[in-house]
Amino acid sequence: MNGSLPLIWRKFGERYDLDGNFCETCKTAYFPARAVCQKCRRKGKLVAQKMPKTGTIISFTELSAGPAGFEHEVPYFIAIIELENKARLLSQIVDSEKEKIKIGTKVEKVFRKISDIDPEGPIAYGYKFKVVD
Amino acid sequence: MRNVSIIGVGCTKFGEHWEKSFRQLIAEAGIEAILSAGIEGKDIEALYGGSMASGRFIGQEHIGALIADQLGLNPIPATRVENACASGGTALRSGYMAIKSGEYDMVAIGGVEKMTDVGVEDAAIALGGAGDQETELFHGASFPALYALMARAHMNEFGTTEEQLATVSVKNHHNAMLNPKAQFHREITIENVMNSGYIATPLKLLDCSPITDGAAAVILCESEKAREICENPVEIIASAQASDTLALAGRKSLSEIMATKVAAKNAFEKAKITAKDVDFAEVHDCFTIAEILAIEAIGFCEKGKGGKFTADGNTALNGEIPVNVSGGLKGKGHPVGATGIAQAVEAVLQLRGQAEKRQVKDAKIGLTHNVGGSGATCVLHLLKALEGKK
Ligand SMILES: [Zn+2]
Repeated sequence: MNGSLPLIWRKFGERYDLDGNFCETCKTAYFPARAVCQKCRRKGKLVAQKMPKTGTIISFTELSAGPAGFEHEVPYFIAIIELENKARLLSQIVDSEKEKIKIGTKVEKVFRKISDIDPEGPIAYGYKFKVVD
Repeated sequence: MRNVSIIGVGCTKFGEHWEKSFRQLIAEAGIEAILSAGIEGKDIEALYGGSMASGRFIGQEHIGALIADQLGLNPIPATRVENACASGGTALRSGYMAIKSGEYDMVAIGGVEKMTDVGVEDAAIALGGAGDQETELFHGASFPALYALMARAHMNEFGTTEEQLATVSVKNHHNAMLNPKAQFHREITIENVMNSGYIATPLKLLDCSPITDGAAAVILCESEKAREICENPVEIIASAQASDTLALAGRKSLSEIMATKVAAKNAFEKAKITAKDVDFAEVHDCFTIAEILAIEAIGFCEKGKGGKFTADGNTALNGEIPVNVSGGLKGKGHPVGATGIAQAVEAVLQLRGQAEKRQVKDAKIGLTHNVGGSGATCVLHLLKALEGKK
């Protein structure tokens, strides 16, 4: 699934630049971008917005077994991060001291390879986060 | 007002069925349900089949027609229902609504998953599809990882401990000892769970439900007719369902399952009862934290207190509110598409007083709770024994 070329291409903005959107009616930021505001629905006014590149860890886990394509990555960290505009996303946490990965820790976006499941197929890149030193 | 009752149940043994195929499993459960209902195939007007990922596991889609075919029920309308791990519960609800609507008087419901035909990593990918493919699985978030994120949030917010989570597994393995159809017949201790190795911190191997093959089936019938043809029908006194964002990051809270809260509230309102009136519950313990989140959202205990409530023995077979007396997903096994229907089978056995060594005393009202993904779907049923005229 991750190796599909059109999917990877379609997701460049979201996965490379954190492109999301923002509802001007209720002032809620969405990542990924939504077609309709969850709160305002047709009364919402959604405009494109890049997400901030820093946020805080809301919860995290260290995986010692991964799904296909990630078997060789273990151990690795996954976290839910709340960005500075309150939008939340799930990401790997990399290049950080293990002891510093905690709830409340500040993190920043980095650009990394995510996976290359199919040896013949394209490589998927995207965002990961690291602890702010 | 038309009501709906279960008049027949069937369930295979849960476990690793190397020698049996997908179609053999569902045929076994389906035939048992039809025979136990004392009806004939020609009495069944429609079929709903639950399977989460048959395409991923065995390369077979179109399982509604397949089940009807295997049970010799063609040409009745047969439909597959898919709602991830809640496929079985949703199939049950679909049949319930089909009878409620007046379209049919009798329908068959089957659920099945054949998970051991693929390797563990491929199974993880199949199950990962219950979460958000593009923003979770893409980043390497396995299914255990999603529940681990909820567990960590619950521990952080309420002080829930890993030992308290472990007590869910210990209890459910203990209950499974009393269930001949359970995958595991092995007592475990808190220490066993604590030493079983992390899969996704804070969840360890023995916090997770297993990979399982199995099938379950029930026969539904309009209640008036059920009382005439069945000596011990069990009525579905409420059926409710709710949804939430597919991705965890989209939810307001990581420490509660909103879909369960909504479905439980709706079900209790429909049946005009409260959580206190429930005598036992089969809840969706795909991970230990999931049972804690379930009992809190249903209202068996206060929010945040589920860990202590379980550790104190309140959900044991002889406790205040027995939870997962069948062994649950952890001890009985979790053939995903079959799970929601197997829960109903257990409820029927309990309400008929046929649960043998694991019988809950004076069981009058049972609750079944089936979750899809990390909580994007919840299906909840309330059941009660009816007096048959037969
Ligand atoms: Zn809005």
